[in-house]
Amino acid sequence: MADDLTMPVEASHILMFARAIGDDNAIYRDDAHARQSEVGHIIAPPTFARAVAQFDPDYHLRWRNNVPWFGSGKNPTGLDNPSPSTGGLHAEQHFEYHRQAKPGDVLTVTTIKGKTWEKMSKRAGRLSFSETIQEYRDQNGELVITSRSVGVKTERPVEQN
Amino acid sequence: MPLSASKLNVGDKYEEVVVDDLTRTQLVMYSGASGDYNPLHTDDLYAKEVAGYPGVFVHGMLSMGLTGKMLTNYVGDGRLTKFGVRFTNQVWPGDTLTSKATVIEIREDGGEHFVDLTLETINQDGKTVVTGSASARVDP
Repeated sequence: MADDLTMPVEASHILMFARAIGDDNAIYRDDAHARQSEVGHIIAPPTFARAVAQFDPDYHLRWRNNVPWFGSGKNPTGLDNPSPSTGGLHAEQHFEYHRQAKPGDVLTVTTIKGKTWEKMSKRAGRLSFSETIQEYRDQNGELVITSRSVGVKTERPVEQN
Repeated sequence: MPLSASKLNVGDKYEEVVVDDLTRTQLVMYSGASGDYNPLHTDDLYAKEVAGYPGVFVHGMLSMGLTGKMLTNYVGDGRLTKFGVRFTNQVWPGDTLTSKATVIEIREDGGEHFVDLTLETINQDGKTVVTGSASARVDP
């Protein structure tokens, strides 16, 4: 089990996230509107929880100063021996909401490794699936969101048809 | 406006175009907001020459976020109780995506009313890129 992560939920982060998904809904950015609404405050969009990556100090898909990065700089990859795998893809994502996260929440995120399995595919060779469960609890210890994610490593790039 | 159980019928559909001509800039914005800087989504040179793809492609979570925009526009703010998807095909810069929800059940549980939906997002060629399901609390 990985260490718990701490995810402070902030209004400016929600604003940037909503912009990135192209969602102009005022509930994600306008405090005055949100206070008049049924929920009564700004909330995070339903897929926001996965932005917990920002709060993982060792997140492997973030470039870090003075650490070799597998993306391009001078060369197409910064690694001498890039992995023969084409890296992980996201296969499935499931959320259960007890409520929506809101600015001011400080979520403690517990990560639990789930099942792993394999499957052969015509388009990408051997597929190795792995499941990850994340539980998001608030400052009062109440469960806010449960996330179940399935990642897949493909033997070769997915053929386009 | 939240949905009302009394006005919903199995088979009701809602759909909207959630992105038109998806841009590479949106991929950069999504990386910055979500923290997922995978070169497969941000680095065309890497995506082509190291990973062997035609170029950068869209984060699964961005496809889900776009699908979620349709969903919350339909069920209202703060009403979702479940939202799950499978990523069935990759999404590429330039794609135009349409997301659809279909009512499969309207039910009562512990005095509260809920709607269960199936979800599908298709691209401009009619290819399914996301399938899924969701549940939301609705008014009586």
